[in-house]
Amino acid sequence: MTTTLPTHRPRPPAQPATLRARRLPAYAAPAIAVAALLLSAGLVYGAGIGGPVLVVVVGALLYLVGLFVAANAVEGRRSARDRTWSALIHSAFVLAVLPLASVVWTLVSKGSERLDANFFGTSMNNIGARDANGGAYHAIIGTLEQVGIAALITVPLGVLCAIYIVEYGRGRFAFTIRFFVDVMTGIPSIVTGLFVLAFWVLIVSPWFNDGRPGFSGFAAALALSVLMLPTVVRSTEEMLRLVPAPLREGAYALGVPKWKTILRVVLPTALPGIVTGIMLAIARAAGETAPVLLVAGGGAAINFNPFENNQSSLALFVYQQAGEASKYSPARAWTAALTLVALVLVLTVAAKLLARRNRLGR
Amino acid sequence: MGDTPQRSAHAGTGGTPVATSHERPAGASARVAERSGNPGRPDGGLGGGGGLPRARAFGAERAFRGLTLAAGSTVLIVIAAIAIFLIAKAVPALRANTESFWTFEGWFPNDNPPKFGIGALAFGTVLSSLLALLVAVPVALGIALYLSHYAPRRLGNSLGFLIDLLAAVPSVVFGLWGRDYFAGPVADLSAWLNKYFGWIPIFGEGPYGSSILLGSVVLAIMVLPIVTSLSREVFRQTPTANEEAALALGATRWEMIRTAVLPYGRPGVIAAVMLGLGRALGETIALALTLGSTYAISFNILEAGGNSIAANIANRFGEANDTGRGALIASGLVLFAITLIVNITARAIIYRRREFTESAA
Repeated sequence: MTTTLPTHRPRPPAQPATLRARRLPAYAAPAIAVAALLLSAGLVYGAGIGGPVLVVVVGALLYLVGLFVAANAVEGRRSARDRTWSALIHSAFVLAVLPLASVVWTLVSKGSERLDANFFGTSMNNIGARDANGGAYHAIIGTLEQVGIAALITVPLGVLCAIYIVEYGRGRFAFTIRFFVDVMTGIPSIVTGLFVLAFWVLIVSPWFNDGRPGFSGFAAALALSVLMLPTVVRSTEEMLRLVPAPLREGAYALGVPKWKTILRVVLPTALPGIVTGIMLAIARAAGETAPVLLVAGGGAAINFNPFENNQSSLALFVYQQAGEASKYSPARAWTAALTLVALVLVLTVAAKLLARRNRLGR
Repeated sequence: MGDTPQRSAHAGTGGTPVATSHERPAGASARVAERSGNPGRPDGGLGGGGGLPRARAFGAERAFRGLTLAAGSTVLIVIAAIAIFLIAKAVPALRANTESFWTFEGWFPNDNPPKFGIGALAFGTVLSSLLALLVAVPVALGIALYLSHYAPRRLGNSLGFLIDLLAAVPSVVFGLWGRDYFAGPVADLSAWLNKYFGWIPIFGEGPYGSSILLGSVVLAIMVLPIVTSLSREVFRQTPTANEEAALALGATRWEMIRTAVLPYGRPGVIAAVMLGLGRALGETIALALTLGSTYAISFNILEAGGNSIAANIANRFGEANDTGRGALIASGLVLFAITLIVNITARAIIYRRREFTESAA
């Protein structure tokens, strides 16, 4: 890209006309853009190698080259580089916004099709391929119960683990735990699903299920809690580290034992941040499909009991409806997806707003 | 906030005299306070340090400490349990396999002589993830720089918030969108690429449709918000003094970014990219919806086909019998190993880098 044109030599510095460097006029960039688009349209349609999309792409490339050449000629190499990178960074932004906007637009427009009371009040029980109605009530129940149980398991465990790492842990063992919490963040969701399948569904649950593998919402909750644990630990750990040491020392000076200092002084101070982390973890767990697919079974009927029989979840419902042949299933899938995204986004937005009120800045 | 310790000191006067039971104060200042503290009844007034309390064998302190230790150890136990149970279920299926697990291209674990191999699946997993990162990372870094250093502050903040929200959108939504609305444009692009760049081996013949290209681009779009939001956070933390120093020396904006922002953010960016790679390697549903589910090693990324370990598990789980489940668990074990290696490498890099930058700063 460094096409080195013979640059105009800078005038001898004996008598500079002005102290400011020469700059491209303000109309130069738009003019180059228009010229690049026209040239690329001529090239593409003249050679007959593509349509309007290609015109824009080639136009953008020509614009970058043209801008570099023009700025190089007038303002010099360094400024030309600055302008080109700036244009590249701006175009990266535009490039990424397009597909993401398309996803959001599709989600809203397709998802609003079945957004009615029937969808939220009925299950898929006895709904055949030719039936237009049917809804996600059972899936919503499943998501709420599974995520709730997972949170009940994970939150105490994760917070205690973080307390160990920050307050008690010393030396090699604490470092190992920290390291493996980091590593655990990267375990794929499907692997946690397989783990719970091997451990709970196929080995443990048959003991009290007459030897049959017990697919259940609880198994899904177990898998989700394995996923949530590292997220909760990491965010709690970060927040605990932000609690100022004088607070702890003040409590010690008053003769408060360490465990009570942690429970009554350190945790309340860090609470908003911890809750934010927990909510983000919950939001992520609610959107997981793969573990639920493997261990919850995914029934079509309403099942309030997470410990017995198959359960579905919203994410799993979307996946199942996406795979069905009925002409009504895409609308159901998109509406369920919209519901799921709404649920996740409400949690995320609430968490971020809470984080903003957090007094412990970074 | 100052009243909290007091309140807890009073709370100690109620039932059991727990205030006397702490075995060993941790901070140096706490120790000083204890020595100079008023030796008297532990439920005394403000400075109720207690008369040099003895360590108890079974006090609340020790119980709480044990509890946190147990919680900390669960992490190690869970990781070990994942490996153990996956191996326990995978070994019988691997014993029953009549073909080479590493090289056979096919997946028939439910047949009577079970035959299955991981080669094509592992290849597809790595290929699609790398392609996705190749597309996503430059764009994501561009957006992150735009949001942190180019956009007006207010716009940058609100757009950054939006990107954070997009990072939370579940993968099944991206998969559904990719299959139903993005497959058409990608097929057109594939035909165009093959027509004009067919001489490059990866742009081979059709049929076009659910290809590695589609899967990778959908993956890239999914990974993009994650990498962006993490690296934006890192870029924003560049010390203002460094940036201003660069600008004061006459650097242009790009030179300032290249000399001050990028070196400072490098470990964080590596971490973000590795996290994105981990997501891409383990991504299940989006790929199950967008890949063609074939079992062949092919570098032709345009042709309908391709598969990944995770997508294969999701697609074939419903029909699997006992051996079939074992085979899927064996493939999951391979995925676990791959992600573990990637993660441990990434963490090692980050830890070393972190020390380096901290000592340099």
